[in-house]
Amino acid sequence: MSYQSHADLGGQPMREAVVPEPEGELFHAPWERQALALTLAMGATGAWNIDMSRRARETLPDYRSLSYYQIWVSGLERLLIEHGLVEPDELAAGARLHPARPGLRVLRAAAVPAALARGRSTQRPALQAARFAVGDRVRARAEVADHHTRLPGYARGKAGRIDRILGAHVFADAHAQGLGEQPQWLYTVVFSARELWGAGAPEKHSVSIDAWEPYLLPLG
Amino acid sequence: MSHQHPPGEASEVADMELRVRALRTVLEQKAYIDPQALDVLIDTYETKIGPRNGARVVARAWVDAGFRAWLLEDATAAIASLGFAGRQGEHMVALENTEVLHNMVVCTLCSCYPWPVLGLPPTWYKSAAYRSRAVRDPRGVLADFGVTLPDSMEIRIWDSTAEVRYLVVPRRPAGTQSLAEEQLAAWVTRDSMIGTGLPRSPDGTR
Repeated sequence: MSYQSHADLGGQPMREAVVPEPEGELFHAPWERQALALTLAMGATGAWNIDMSRRARETLPDYRSLSYYQIWVSGLERLLIEHGLVEPDELAAGARLHPARPGLRVLRAAAVPAALARGRSTQRPALQAARFAVGDRVRARAEVADHHTRLPGYARGKAGRIDRILGAHVFADAHAQGLGEQPQWLYTVVFSARELWGAGAPEKHSVSIDAWEPYLLPLG
Repeated sequence: MSHQHPPGEASEVADMELRVRALRTVLEQKAYIDPQALDVLIDTYETKIGPRNGARVVARAWVDAGFRAWLLEDATAAIASLGFAGRQGEHMVALENTEVLHNMVVCTLCSCYPWPVLGLPPTWYKSAAYRSRAVRDPRGVLADFGVTLPDSMEIRIWDSTAEVRYLVVPRRPAGTQSLAEEQLAAWVTRDSMIGTGLPRSPDGTR
C-alpha cells in the first residue's frame, strides 16, 4: 500500500464534543477568506479537477494537525507545484521567479456569478445498464483501495440495500488519478447501524453512503 | 487534532497571513488569477449565498404542497425554480423529517455541503469530532446541540460521499399555522437543515 488518506474519519473513536457555531460566523482570520477565494479561482482554471484537489488535501502527511483552511492552503500549494504552475522557490520568495504557464483559463470577476451558478454537473450518459435495482441487497467491497476512493472505511465489507439510483456520474476514483471520467452508476446504499457498529447499536438507526457501482457486489 | 479550533495563536495567524499573501502574490504576478474575482467570490459567500436561501426553500415546502412534492421528487429543479443553483449543489436531494424519522447529513471524508442553499459549512461540520461521531453516535452529537429526540424516533444519517448534496426539510414548528411564507423562513435555522437542530418555534417549544 502506498496510498494513504488521512481524511477517512467516519466512526473513528473520538470523544471530543461538537461545538455549535452561530450562522454568520464564516471565517476566523482574514487569510481564511483569501484561502477560499484563491482555491476557487484556481479550481476554475481547469488545471486540475475536484477529485484531484481532494486527493491532494486528504493525503497531506500533516492533515490531522491542520485546520480546515490550512488544509486548503497546503493542498493548493501542492497542486500548483505538482502541475508545474508554481515552483517551491517562488512560494518561499513570494514572487514570480519563473515564467508563467501559458494558456490557463483565468476566472475573471465578471464571470464569477455565472460560473458559480452553473457549477459542474458530474452526471453523464450511462455507458451500460445499471447492475442493481432499488431494494437489491449488496455488499461493499472489503479490500482497501490503493488510490483515492470515496468508499468510507466503515462501510467496507458491510451488507446494505440499494435505496436510490442516482444516475451515472464521473467516477471519483478514476478522475482523481487523471484517468478520465469513466462514468459509473451511483447509488445510495443504506446500512443498519448494527451491521456497521455491532449488536450494541440502536435498532432504529441507519447510515447511507453514495457508492459508485464498482464499490458494490451483489448479495443474494 | 486541531480541526475543531481554528488557529488561534497570534504567531500562527501571522504566519498564515504571510504565507497566503505570498501565495496570492505569486499567482497574481503569474496572471493566473484576477484579483477582483477574489473579491467577488468572497462577497458572494459572505453576503449573497447562505442558509437564508435554504430557509426560503423549506418555508415554501411548508406552505405549498405542490412545491413540497416537487422538492422531494426533484430537488435540484425545485430549488433552481427559486433561483438557487450551481457550485456544490448541482445534484440536490431533499430529505423530509417526519413524526417517525429524523434525517441528519454529514461528510465523513471531507466537507461536502450544499453551498447554493446553505452557503459555506460551519467549522463544526468540518471538524473531526462531527465527521467521526455523526455516523456512529448521532444522539450524542444531537445532545451537543441541545437536541433530544424520542427513543422511538428513527435516525437516518446521510454521508455525502459523492457529488449529491442533501438538504433536510425539518418539520414545521407548532404555533406557525397563521404565519406567511416569509415569516416562516425566519424560524428555519441552518442547523435544522443539516439535521443537527430543529427549527425555532414562536411559542418557544420545539
